[in-house]
Amino acid sequence: MLLWILQKLTVVMAQADSFMPTQGTEIAKSVDNLYAFLLVISLVSCVIVIGGMIYFAIKYKRKSANDVTAYITHDTRLEILWSVIPLILFLFVFAWGWVIYHDMRTMPKDALEIHVTGKQWAWTAEYKNGVKSTEVVVPVGRDVRLILAAEDVLHSFYVPSFRLKQDAVPGRYTNLWFHADKLGDFHVFCAEYCGTQHSGMITKLRVVTQEEFDQWLTTESEVSTLPMAQRGAKIFQTRACASCHSVDSPAVKVGPSVYKLFGDTNVELLDGTKVTADENYIRESILNSQAKIVKGFGPRSAMPAFQGQLSEVEVTALIEYIKGLK
Amino acid sequence: MINGVPVQEHYRDASHQFASAKEGIWLFMATEILMFGGLFVGYLIFHMKYPEMFAEGAQFLDWRLGFINTLVLIFSSLTMALGIYFCQINQPKKAVGALAVTILCGAIFMVIKYFEYTHKFHMGIFPGRMLDLEMLNHHLHEMGKPAIVSTNLGMYFGFYFCMSGLHGIHVILGMCMISWCLYRCMRGDFNPNYYTAVEGVGIFWHIIDLVWIFLFPLLYLVG
Amino acid sequence: MAHAAHGSNYLNAEKGLWSWLTSLDHKRIGILYFISVMSFFLLGGIAALLLRGELFAYNAVDALGKTTGQLLPSADAYNQILTYHGAIMVFMVIIPGIPAILGNIFLPLQIGAKDVAFPKLNLASWYCLMAGASLAMFTMFSTKVDTGWTFYTPYSIKSGTAVTTMVLAAFITGMSSILTGLNFIVTVHKLRCPGMTMWRMPLFVWALYSTAIIQVLATPILAITLLLLAMERTFGVGIFDPKLGGDPVLFQHFFWFYSHPAVYIMILPAMGVISELITTFSKKTIFGYTAIAYSSLGIAAVSFFVWGHHMFVSGQSEFAGIVFSFLTMLVGVPTAIKMFNWVATMYKGSIEFASPMLFALGFLFLFAIGGVTGIMLAVIPVDVHFHDTYFVVAHFHYVMVGGTLMAIMGGFYYWFPKMFGKMYSEFWARMSWVFIFVGFNVTFFPQFILGAMGMPRRYFNYIPAYEPLNRISTMGSWLIAIGFLMALYTIINGLISGAKAPKNPWGSKTLEWEADSPPSVHNFDHEPVVTAGPYEYK
Repeated sequence: MLLWILQKLTVVMAQADSFMPTQGTEIAKSVDNLYAFLLVISLVSCVIVIGGMIYFAIKYKRKSANDVTAYITHDTRLEILWSVIPLILFLFVFAWGWVIYHDMRTMPKDALEIHVTGKQWAWTAEYKNGVKSTEVVVPVGRDVRLILAAEDVLHSFYVPSFRLKQDAVPGRYTNLWFHADKLGDFHVFCAEYCGTQHSGMITKLRVVTQEEFDQWLTTESEVSTLPMAQRGAKIFQTRACASCHSVDSPAVKVGPSVYKLFGDTNVELLDGTKVTADENYIRESILNSQAKIVKGFGPRSAMPAFQGQLSEVEVTALIEYIKGLK
Repeated sequence: MINGVPVQEHYRDASHQFASAKEGIWLFMATEILMFGGLFVGYLIFHMKYPEMFAEGAQFLDWRLGFINTLVLIFSSLTMALGIYFCQINQPKKAVGALAVTILCGAIFMVIKYFEYTHKFHMGIFPGRMLDLEMLNHHLHEMGKPAIVSTNLGMYFGFYFCMSGLHGIHVILGMCMISWCLYRCMRGDFNPNYYTAVEGVGIFWHIIDLVWIFLFPLLYLVG
Repeated sequence: MAHAAHGSNYLNAEKGLWSWLTSLDHKRIGILYFISVMSFFLLGGIAALLLRGELFAYNAVDALGKTTGQLLPSADAYNQILTYHGAIMVFMVIIPGIPAILGNIFLPLQIGAKDVAFPKLNLASWYCLMAGASLAMFTMFSTKVDTGWTFYTPYSIKSGTAVTTMVLAAFITGMSSILTGLNFIVTVHKLRCPGMTMWRMPLFVWALYSTAIIQVLATPILAITLLLLAMERTFGVGIFDPKLGGDPVLFQHFFWFYSHPAVYIMILPAMGVISELITTFSKKTIFGYTAIAYSSLGIAAVSFFVWGHHMFVSGQSEFAGIVFSFLTMLVGVPTAIKMFNWVATMYKGSIEFASPMLFALGFLFLFAIGGVTGIMLAVIPVDVHFHDTYFVVAHFHYVMVGGTLMAIMGGFYYWFPKMFGKMYSEFWARMSWVFIFVGFNVTFFPQFILGAMGMPRRYFNYIPAYEPLNRISTMGSWLIAIGFLMALYTIINGLISGAKAPKNPWGSKTLEWEADSPPSVHNFDHEPVVTAGPYEYK
């Protein structure tokens, strides 16, 4: 009977587990198992304590002012029982936790090492070949070790899907490792308060296949050595801007042409106002295409907003490229 | 007033009140010791981490001055104890003398500290980031001594100024409180049945001396 | 001290504001604390409502990377209000809360004393708190602070805001806490009336006594830590500054060496109040008196060795993490013992659902949840995920608000007749309970789930996936606000038009109920003589 209840409970708890983000690693799964167990025993103990309380409260509700109550000062056996049982349970989950924690903290040999530096308010990942990126790109199915540093104040590198968190401390290195076995993009938060834009210090951890990873690393290393405008041209291609915006004539493809756009003081918008196409205008139009829509397009722009998709460096390179289209 | 003792009405008698006051003072002393304890722990941690730097810093402290100060404070502890003793045996005039000598010792201590501090400022030695390495090296050069090797010497002096400064503030507070006792003693407040204030301030003064007994070797004799 | 006329009590023995501001009567000082702490609570509560209001919805990010708040003008404003909410609630509300208000008034009454050991010091502690609070308020309203109440270095060293004055304010309120603790220890040691042995003391006194020990032994470490931080900012001492070889993590060690025991400064007195409430309203002797008393002392002792569980991901060694996790498990045991003892006390009792008892039952409910989630957080790999997320926020609100604040409210309703000699409206007291209890769960339970989903704390903005639960949470905070407004109404209404309270309206057995309602200036007409334990419901 008890076992049956426990079994049912575990199922319920496993569903409750689904509040936890996707499990991106093996360790995430083992953490979730431990968490599910904790949820079960927590629920059982809450049922005992709160249930007992409610049961007694109803059963022994005061009937009259002259109620006679039992005089029970203590019960040594009972007290030992409810001290020892929690203690055993606590030590059990402690030991279980120790095992997992030990795995978390034992850095694998031959792991791919990536240096990640936190500063107000962005993460920079630096790879062995010199590639720097605001996103952390890692290959699937391989041990990865992140060596964390902080430039100014404390930050904390937190990947909910990997159940991983480690503070980045100025003046020393800390590290963490993982073995991602799920492809996809995962959120990286800063979990240690670091000032104004603390909540905006979000980036992506992209888990890609080994081939994609190698390719990405090569492209990035080539790209990073190119002059700005050429880098912009490349991004213009890879981000498929070219499929909607023409660059060599004023002809309209899907969106307005960007040919000879920069410096135009007479860009007429949907509401009739006129703006100058300076750096900030182009930047805004890339990152949030709905903000200012050119007359003749709309009412909503079909272009996706690139906020959070493009790094600062990439946006600048794009603007530099557009500047040169004369 | 019971037997010349101002017993507050929630106490049974003078000895009850005295015992309570004394316990309160000891508890307060525990907090003082713990507060300095925090500094000592920090000191020990960084001393273990940078032993050479601490040794290099300590050479700028004149152990002779520190030693004189130690003697002065130990002597003042004696006179403080005498002050309490004279109150207990109802010799307020002698007690006033003993307390006055204690205050004088405190003043000597602070004057010596003043000269130590100003000498360091003159050399360019300030706590932490404010340490003027250029000025200090210049002075060392003139004295024909090698330049500073440690890169973070400021931290040693951070500890030095924090620890001796906090101690110094306590010495000044102690002197104020002893002056208050001295005044009350002259007014004739104390008698063999009632000398709680002197006793309490005395305990405070001994603890401050004790802290110095630890500070002296840690700051002056290290390395 | 002027001798009171016949029929007078501590409230009307002397008149005028000045007589209050210079009063050495522990009961009057308790009332002073009550008024000031409740006004701080109001401020901290408004800050909380602003924070929740801001988090009501996701803020879109505009092209220039700026976010405009729902309610607050900027992320900076949010961070400042967050700091004020934390600092006010911790240093000025929950830490002084029960000891300085209820403890001040009822500790001497419960042990049959005429006053606390050092009445002048007692008044000085109140002035210390007020001085610290004034400095803090001055800082908040004339400039700004944005470090969070934990003042973590190096952010607190680099921040261009008025951290130094805020830190000094916290230092001065700490001084107040030390002096109160010191006063209580000596009072318990020296001023018990004849027959009141240590093992006949009410459990509220035991809890205050254990709390006082922590206050005296832990607060000095906070004092030196805050002083060092102030020095660091003024002179750049270098101890916490990595640029000079210092260690920012050392600050966390120092800080939590105080602030973890401080958590027990907040909760132990609450546990004491609950022991009183449950026995009285079950009309039954407490189950396991000795176990509860020893568990208070046990918690006080172990609390000094668990600080590292705040730092599982801050870069301490694996070994340190394991040790602190183990010790944290140990502190769970005495807490569990207390819970079981309270429930067992209700067994075969005669339970009356008066509003104080409702708050006590609410405490058991919320503290059970706060307790088990505390154990989850003590298991390191689980904490690695939950650390600094809303799970932690929910956990400590369940313990601090669901625990301490429920106990303050319960205790306050329980002792209200004794304090003011009047009864309050039972209907409105119960209504306030309903709103506070329900609102609390609506506010904070979703935060457990948000934490599991990975939402970090101290976030001005969040990803859209977290929006629905944040909405529910914010709506819950409105219910809590209504509940506290009702409580305020209950109190004011009771003070103005409450019926005259009898000496012992609840049929309680502890000593304070033998004094008049409200007590005379000297508490008891004749020094009481105690011949039995505090809960002899035979």
